[in-house]
Amino acid sequence: MLELLIPQASTFAGDIDFVIELIFWIVLFWWALTQGAFCWLMFRFRRKDGVKAEYIDGSETYPKKVITWAHMAVLVFDVVIVVYAVQVWHNVKITLPPAEQTVRVIGQQWAWTFVHPGPDGELDTADDIAMNDELHLQVNTLYHYKLESKDVLHSLSIPAFRLKQDAIPGRVITGWFETTKTGDYLFQCTEICGIGHALMPARVLIETPEQHAAWMAANSPVSVAAQAPQAPVAVALGAPVQE
Amino acid sequence: MAESIPASHGDHEVGHHEEQGFVSKYLLSTDHKVIAMQYMFTGMAMAVIGGFFAYAFRMQLAFPGMDVPGWGLVTPNDYNALVTNHGAIMIFWVAMPVLIAAFGNYLIPLMVGCDDMVFPRLNRLSYQIFLLSAIVLMASFFVYGGAFGGAWTMYPPLSAKAEYSLTQLGSTIFVLAVALEFVAFLMGGINFITTAMNSRAPGMKLYDVPMVVWMIVVASILFMASVGPLIAGAIMLLFDQNLGTAFFDPDRAGDPILWQHLFWFFGHPEVYVVLLPATGIVAEVITTFSRKKLLAYRTILYTVFGTGVLSFTVWAHHQFVAGIDPRMAHVFTVTTLLISVPIAEMMFVYIGTLYGGSIQYTTPMLWALGFLVTFLIGGVTGIFLGASGADIYFHDTYFVLAHFHYTFFPIAIIGTFAGVTYWFPKMFGRMMNETLGKIHFWGTFIPFNAIFLPLFYLGVAGQHRRIYDYSAFPELAQYQDIRVFATSALLVMLAFQVVFLWNFFHSMFRGEKAGANPWKANSLEWAAPSPPPHGNFPDGLPECHRGPYEFSHPDREEDYWPQNQPA
Ligand SMILES: [Cu+2]
Ligand SMILES: [Cu+2]
Repeated sequence: MLELLIPQASTFAGDIDFVIELIFWIVLFWWALTQGAFCWLMFRFRRKDGVKAEYIDGSETYPKKVITWAHMAVLVFDVVIVVYAVQVWHNVKITLPPAEQTVRVIGQQWAWTFVHPGPDGELDTADDIAMNDELHLQVNTLYHYKLESKDVLHSLSIPAFRLKQDAIPGRVITGWFETTKTGDYLFQCTEICGIGHALMPARVLIETPEQHAAWMAANSPVSVAAQAPQAPVAVALGAPVQE
Repeated sequence: MAESIPASHGDHEVGHHEEQGFVSKYLLSTDHKVIAMQYMFTGMAMAVIGGFFAYAFRMQLAFPGMDVPGWGLVTPNDYNALVTNHGAIMIFWVAMPVLIAAFGNYLIPLMVGCDDMVFPRLNRLSYQIFLLSAIVLMASFFVYGGAFGGAWTMYPPLSAKAEYSLTQLGSTIFVLAVALEFVAFLMGGINFITTAMNSRAPGMKLYDVPMVVWMIVVASILFMASVGPLIAGAIMLLFDQNLGTAFFDPDRAGDPILWQHLFWFFGHPEVYVVLLPATGIVAEVITTFSRKKLLAYRTILYTVFGTGVLSFTVWAHHQFVAGIDPRMAHVFTVTTLLISVPIAEMMFVYIGTLYGGSIQYTTPMLWALGFLVTFLIGGVTGIFLGASGADIYFHDTYFVLAHFHYTFFPIAIIGTFAGVTYWFPKMFGRMMNETLGKIHFWGTFIPFNAIFLPLFYLGVAGQHRRIYDYSAFPELAQYQDIRVFATSALLVMLAFQVVFLWNFFHSMFRGEKAGANPWKANSLEWAAPSPPPHGNFPDGLPECHRGPYEFSHPDREEDYWPQNQPA
């Protein structure tokens, strides 16, 4: 249902959609039942001349039974929802499957910086590729993200992944996602972060391995430096560089 | 608690009720009814301001960059300040003063059958501090840098550091105003609880107390028990802003998440603080106009106590993705879904009360039923947000926004209109116009749904909150028609409020005279003249002989049986 509005591009997007749809049907059932009974009562017991209302003083067992039944039923449905919601939450937010790649995501007023590991596959090496407002990922790959903030709270949100996580200054929050579909997806900041909060749209670009390799070759500071004769030789040779 | 304590307590200065001049009668009065009116009119004025803010930012959302008539260009700074203050005003300066302070002050002494609040001077001081807090808040729009725009939740570091918020004075004034407002309501709360418990009319047992009084008492207890941490937090935040402390500053070993806990430990019970009085009003109105006894008085009372206790254990559902330990989400999902049980039960009891009734569709009844219809939607959509797995997607989207407007609007607006139209004859001794009342009801109810149902859809489609212009987001920009539609519905709704204002002020002076008990209701306020004079019951304080909902008793010709009528 939900994928008609927003594509699913991570492995857990479908699980989260399942919880949402499960709740939707349960809630729709309760809403329709209650609202239906309500409408019937409003119509059936409208004032008629000469008809006095009933006196139900609370000692009758019938209304109590109805309410107890409804009470138990609500409880049962609550348990069902809790079980599924907690399961999905556990999978998305608590487990941390081993990463194939790690990216660093840094929020600041008012831009996102994405640090990609570069051809060597490791973060914090000379070939890291830092980009503003563009996160390049390879399809069918399990990523860890390391989420940081330089100033105030921001929030990483990728609707197509059904993923959201606040960034907190002073902390590095690690989480994961696994890409499933190539494409160009929306990346938002969903925590108010000052007057430029609306100016933090970014893009998530999920590429095939070939596209991704080509992008990496074109943007890696090492290879860029190798093609540029004016760059310092030490950098071109991959020697350690100061940030 | 003693079963009944005589209601007169002549040891305070209003024991003698002589005529007074204008200033002492209307501005410095200690009479609970006058203070109630002060709260109500201040709340109404603030509602006009809060509504105007909503108009300004909704216009910007529908027509980005336009010169909004009455405001001008809505800059990003303006936009943030408008949404922040709209939220704060509607909750702290409209829902609280009207539902708790105005109705609490007006109804508690009348409904328990005494002549005034137990602490009348404290009551007056409470209003004066409240008024001061409102003025302080409004002042923030006129200082250098403008009003605070970091959301009504005031999360640091944005709220704590001027270099981030760019509103040095605005942020300080905002926090100060909120803290002052809390102080005012602490004083009010003491009064409501003490008066309701100690000044009940002779013969009025705890189970004879009308539901709305119980609800305001429980709400006051919730408020007083939850607000302490937030007042402390607000002072810590003021220190961080101005004195260089680092309670919430991550650069100097402070913790911004601490604020979120302090805020929501209060913030969630606060939902029930305003919800309960509204449901109390609804209980009075639906019993009166269906001529039915409340289906299960004690069940409601117990669900209210249960809700109250549980409401202290759910706060972190606002923080699932905020960076708290993710295992905590399990606990808070369970408690949050558990709270749906007592609330669902309360809804069932209210709806069940209609069974076997003789329903009169008066204006107050329409509002009360409208409350149940809208709040039901607000309640069921909350399940999506309380369930941790689903909240990952919905957090901070328009789904949340639509959800809480489906709870707060029924509470603060629909519940208030139910109460105002129901007790208007008592307050001013005249009837409101029924036709205008019904026009106003439909002119509010239909546009309300037209504004917020589409916003659920936008939330599901991934539209995130607090963005002044979506054109930079291609996936969201395509929904511009829906934004224009919601804004148009808002304009229609605001236009219909003129009908209410006309009806209210015209009826106050020109309406048909109301007798003491125009709705043929049972509770003690209807035993007093309309409007009640200073001292409330000129013929002596009433005695109570039965519960407040003895409608359509089979042994009686009349279909009502006032609490004060001897058997
Ligand atoms: Cu932001
Ligand atoms: Cu909450």
